[in-house]
Amino acid sequence: MGYLGGFLVTFRQRGRKQRYTREYAKGEGGKRDKPDRLHGRHVLNRYEDGMEKCIGCELCAGVCPANCIYVRGADNDPAAPTSPGERFGFVYEINYLRCIHCDLCVEACPTEAITESKLFEFSFTNRQDAIYTKAELVVGDDGLPQRLPWEDWSDLDAVAARSSAWVRATAPGGSVDYEGKVGWSGELGFGVKAPELGQTAPAPDLSYHDVEAEAEGPFDDAHAGEDD
Amino acid sequence: MIVAADPLLSGHVGLVVFLIVLGKAVVTLGICLIATMLMIWFERKVISDLQNRIGPNRAGPFGILQTLADGLKVILKEDLVPEKSDRWVFRLAPILTMIPAFITFGMIPIGGDFTDGNGGVVHMFGHDTLLQLANPDAGVLVILAMSSIAVYGVMLAGWSSGSKYPLLGSVRASAQMVSYEAALGLGVLAVVLVGSNDAGISSLTTNSIVSAQMPWGWNLWVTGLVPFVIFILAATAELNRPPFDLVEAEQELVGSFQTEYSGFRFAIFYLAEFLNAITMGAIVVTLFLGGPGGPVLFGPGWMWGFVWFFLKLVAVLYAFVWTRASVPRVRYDQLMDLGWKVLIPLGVGWMLLLVGIRVGADAGWNPVVTVAVAAVVMVACYGLLRLAGATSRRLAAEALDAPEGVID
Repeated sequence: MGYLGGFLVTFRQRGRKQRYTREYAKGEGGKRDKPDRLHGRHVLNRYEDGMEKCIGCELCAGVCPANCIYVRGADNDPAAPTSPGERFGFVYEINYLRCIHCDLCVEACPTEAITESKLFEFSFTNRQDAIYTKAELVVGDDGLPQRLPWEDWSDLDAVAARSSAWVRATAPGGSVDYEGKVGWSGELGFGVKAPELGQTAPAPDLSYHDVEAEAEGPFDDAHAGEDD
Repeated sequence: MIVAADPLLSGHVGLVVFLIVLGKAVVTLGICLIATMLMIWFERKVISDLQNRIGPNRAGPFGILQTLADGLKVILKEDLVPEKSDRWVFRLAPILTMIPAFITFGMIPIGGDFTDGNGGVVHMFGHDTLLQLANPDAGVLVILAMSSIAVYGVMLAGWSSGSKYPLLGSVRASAQMVSYEAALGLGVLAVVLVGSNDAGISSLTTNSIVSAQMPWGWNLWVTGLVPFVIFILAATAELNRPPFDLVEAEQELVGSFQTEYSGFRFAIFYLAEFLNAITMGAIVVTLFLGGPGGPVLFGPGWMWGFVWFFLKLVAVLYAFVWTRASVPRVRYDQLMDLGWKVLIPLGVGWMLLLVGIRVGADAGWNPVVTVAVAAVVMVACYGLLRLAGATSRRLAAEALDAPEGVID
């Protein structure tokens, strides 16, 4: 039919149940699945015993091309430490009016303290809300990100399994099975992703307790009571 | 008398009559605005359906209030008049595109009882009247005139913007719309030719054109389909709808004549574009598909006028949208070729054929012979046309091949 053949092509499409597009956040399927490597709003992670991972080293602030991160570190109180180490980040602010979600901070972080969640649907109406402080960034006791009133977390269950973390260049636990392969850092609320195609070893358990078992830390006594 | 041929105005024109006319005017305006709103939604929804998408779904049920939201947004935007524009014309142009569409719609019979020779007359408030705002004697000629005026809106908008893309768009618009005006007129002419009554007198009024098609003598087949096809193609080009939307041609001309418009004035253009589509669809229904005429299944006859008119109009508009979803934009030379080398010769030839049949019927010629002779003449003319085209192409090619300086 040539030129007029287009009429048939479009006519065959009408009334189909399965559409290429979905109704946004409604009905079956809800929101579209987020890509594994989507860069969303940051979270500050904690170890499973509740200790913060951030050590206040300011590498993230240094690497940030948009200058949107402000970090100040401070010495831990030996009696009641915030993080397992000498120092912790006592000020941590990200200005989302400037953040470009490049994920460089995540890659710079030596302790995997900062990762990006899959949340990108958040809008604020004033500058105060745009600057996330540590109180808003740190994950809750369940390990899940805090859900602020101007953020749309309606698909949390769907994205939780495929959340955040960062892509490693090297093996996280030093395992040769991971060398040159995509790997994912673990997260408190979401756990560690299953190995991807080509990865033979099981995903390493990166919880604080493993680290504790391998190296004698100064806080063993302080947390002995919490271990069961 | 512009509103003549309506039984409402033939008698004493009192307060009630005045109020009826006023009421019809208000209702027509309301229908135009609401129909435009629904048309934009209809187009977006249907075109998504044809392209395996969902389309608007957030505002109201099935996204039906999407147009309202868009309109509100666009009205709240800054209304910009460019520094280099011709301010007065710049402000006039959107109105010039909108008004003709409203006027044309006022001349379309949108309802009425056309069964049993009623002629579309209904009885309301103690008066007989037609369910159309005006029924001027000049009828379709006024419609053609209005569609010509609409060209000025687009043309002046581009010209007055003081910017190059709008100007290019307005040049295209004037060339395209003037070209297809002729083909459009030839389509109408065929309808007028076959629509004459027993006394051999054709009427130009939209009402009598609809009456002449009752009950099943739709001009679609009475005129032999060809004028319908010509009219539809020319109407699509007149509306600047795909595949003839070279005037807008976003990829080349940004938005052409709309480029410099914003805010409320842009909204008017948008409204006019879709209202023109509805109006043109209504004209097609009136001229070729029997207007509001159709069988009365049950209940009062006037009610079915609306029903049939609405169904036919939706069918035509669906065809417009389907076309937009299906075919790519034509090249500019293809557009001009189609208009001048195909539609106009074909329209003229078909009109002569209809005239021949008509004269033959009056003079008592053998109808078969008449059609056969006409067909032979048409084929011969088509052959001559092809020959002329081929010759001119050959000469042009030879001139290109000739060495420098000897081109005569």
